[in-house]
Amino acid sequence: MRRAHLFVLSGLLAAIGCGFFLYKLFALGFPLQPEQRTDVWRVEVRLQFEAAGGPVKASLFLPHGTHDVVVVDQSFVSPGYGIVTEPQPGRGIRAVYSIREAQGMQAVYYRAVVQPARLKDAVSRDPAPAVQPSPLEGAERVAAESVVAAARQRSSDAATFASLIVEQLREPPKGREAAFLLGPQPTSRRIAVTAVQLIRFGGVPARMANGIVLAPERRDAQFAHWVEFHADGRWRPLYINDADRAAPHQLLPWWRGNMPFAELTGGALLKHDISTSRSYELATQAALNQQRALERKLVEFSLFGLPLQTQALFRTLLVIPVGILLLAILRNVVGFKTFGTFMPVLIALAFRQTGLAWGVLFFCIVVALGLAVRFYLERLKLLLVPRLAAVVIVVILIIAMLSVLSFKLGLDRGLSLGLFPIVIMTMTIERMTLVWEERGAREALEQAAGSIAVGALCYLVMNLRMVEHLFFVFPELLLTVLAVTLLLGRYSGYRLTELFRFRVLAR
Amino acid sequence: MMSWLRTRTLLKRNGVLGINRRNAQYMLPYNPRSAYPLVDDKTLTKQLALKAGVAVPALYGVIDIQQQVRTLPRLLAQYTDFVVKPARGSQGDGIIVVTGRAHDRYVCADGSHLDGHDMGFHVSNILSGIYSLGGQADKALIEYRVHFDPVFEAVTYRGVPDVRIIVFRGVPVMAMVRLPTRVSGGKANLHQGAVGTGVDMATGRTLTAVCRGAIVTEHPDTGNPVSGIQIPHWDTLIDLAARSYELTGLGYQGIDIVLDRDQGPLMLELNARPGLAIQIANQAGLRTRLEKVERALPGLRTVAERIAFAREQFAHVGPIEGATSARARGSAGNEDSDRP
Repeated sequence: MRRAHLFVLSGLLAAIGCGFFLYKLFALGFPLQPEQRTDVWRVEVRLQFEAAGGPVKASLFLPHGTHDVVVVDQSFVSPGYGIVTEPQPGRGIRAVYSIREAQGMQAVYYRAVVQPARLKDAVSRDPAPAVQPSPLEGAERVAAESVVAAARQRSSDAATFASLIVEQLREPPKGREAAFLLGPQPTSRRIAVTAVQLIRFGGVPARMANGIVLAPERRDAQFAHWVEFHADGRWRPLYINDADRAAPHQLLPWWRGNMPFAELTGGALLKHDISTSRSYELATQAALNQQRALERKLVEFSLFGLPLQTQALFRTLLVIPVGILLLAILRNVVGFKTFGTFMPVLIALAFRQTGLAWGVLFFCIVVALGLAVRFYLERLKLLLVPRLAAVVIVVILIIAMLSVLSFKLGLDRGLSLGLFPIVIMTMTIERMTLVWEERGAREALEQAAGSIAVGALCYLVMNLRMVEHLFFVFPELLLTVLAVTLLLGRYSGYRLTELFRFRVLAR
Repeated sequence: MMSWLRTRTLLKRNGVLGINRRNAQYMLPYNPRSAYPLVDDKTLTKQLALKAGVAVPALYGVIDIQQQVRTLPRLLAQYTDFVVKPARGSQGDGIIVVTGRAHDRYVCADGSHLDGHDMGFHVSNILSGIYSLGGQADKALIEYRVHFDPVFEAVTYRGVPDVRIIVFRGVPVMAMVRLPTRVSGGKANLHQGAVGTGVDMATGRTLTAVCRGAIVTEHPDTGNPVSGIQIPHWDTLIDLAARSYELTGLGYQGIDIVLDRDQGPLMLELNARPGLAIQIANQAGLRTRLEKVERALPGLRTVAERIAFAREQFAHVGPIEGATSARARGSAGNEDSDRP
């Protein structure tokens, strides 16, 4: 009964822990590896114009991540200007900078931070537009009818039809209808506009999409244009440039339709330039940046919602249970002998400050010197509390001396020695002398060696970057640790050392 | 790795009890937390024993607070020999056995001499909790020094030999005699190097002897054989053990009994966490016996029935290993010094 209860409880805890862990790992995209990084793009738009002296209204489209990239942060820098953003269904989002009075050269800025999208948010949110009557007339109309008819004959559905049209326009045979429609030396914008006209002419809703290619350190980014057609309830892209086709995740969609990027009233000489730059960010941060509303709440109430300094504290705090679990295993399954119950974990924490080799060295020196002092004090026949106090004072003195000494010798490791838990060291020395006197040097050294060995093992595990990262990003894993610890509480098998101890009975 | 697994299987087959199983399956379920102070504080144990009419070493005095340390010489002046021990000590730590006096100094059982200051310091240390479990403040007991029965004199190096009996729910399940050696410093602790011998529960004769994990036939210091010694008053001892269950209510406990020349068996202390070395001394696993008791428990109502069950079920059968085998003598005795 008691056993079943325990198994159910542990199973439940482990399931909750693992469940949350898997949810955060796969659904929220928290990284499993500490060093995972992800691209983060910064896009900056500068709008320059000459103001005429009266009210000025400058408007521009804002990037509108839909396909493979999302805009996680944006800011407007424009001294004195009022800013209004207005979504324009089917086209994008427009920002309007306005001011009552402006004179001379003006510059307003827009900055956005863009990341590869984790949630594949399809374009389908925009409704399909009604098919408008084609504006084509005369010879163009005849040419268009001919191209569309040819493409329709060779296609099976809207998707193949649209891509056939784009293919024909991309490489028009000389002197044929497609070449006539495009005119001489067509730009990619011209191809896109024509393709949209032709696809619409064929009865399939289509529109032009404009965006920029995200390139590292680009000062003057140009807009790229491609075609989107509507089929099966969603918009699908058709790229015109081979480069865009190869790397759609590098394309930041900006707005739809063939309206100009920026418009201005009350001024002249409008020009814009767009620069892009790339930086890396820890994937954790990137994951945090793109939560949806509910997920954002979850994150806010997690450790990431804490101030940075407190976060650093928790990074240490959260690995302690791992050390404690290891300690429990080493004591109850292996059978290590240590001073105190959790002292080795505290020693391991101290090692985190000094590093393992130096930590063990300093620990041995301090304990050995402390022991010597303690044995000397023994002759003075002091009472327990004053004697403990005296040992603490001496331990602090020893640590101070060691720090100065190692600094003078150029070993900067010594400086972190002061963080050693002094009281713990003192208690170690006190316990060790007692064991030394009562049970002999052998037992005392055995326990001291056991404490250091367990401390070192705990340090090695607790200091793994992977462990620290896992438990900080996924603190729910502690529930799993708790479950294992609970199960360990009912482990009634032999300890490894007992196999040696009772070996004469193994007959 | 393979040999580990093999050892594990063999130990399991022989019913050897490990510390994890002792804690999880016997101590936790059968020893109520509230009963621990009764055995952890030896003054309480003594009071209980006196109330129940169980013989214990007479209590000369208790030092509770630091101020009383000054009265110590006056208290001790009445006695030539006595024992000073912490009330909450564990594993024999902090015990001073004074056997006599020489020029104002106390002569201890281990041969050392202490003056009045040393004794006062030792008592102060006891009061400050140096020897107690968990370091709580403690009391110092001054009590009758046991003049041990000559039966073990030939196989004891200083110190007091005692008999440890494990009692499970009122049934004595296993016993051993602990004989101090020079290595153990006069202490009757096996892990400090004392000799432990198994005991035939039916007759009270000592069986195989073990010292530092190896089978021995003779006491390492005195050279006398340790197996086959009849413990006097065995009936009383086993009766004391069986009754100790009602004393404390601890289902799994160890009782330490000393044999006094004049007063017979005296209960020294009870232990709620008795060690497992007794299995090595007896060359037998505790688990087998404990499980036997668990199965038979509904039929064991009276103390007499429990004693009868123990004597019948846990009697030793077959020859005593070590005592008769010359081969065992040769190999076990030289185990530490033998270098191929």
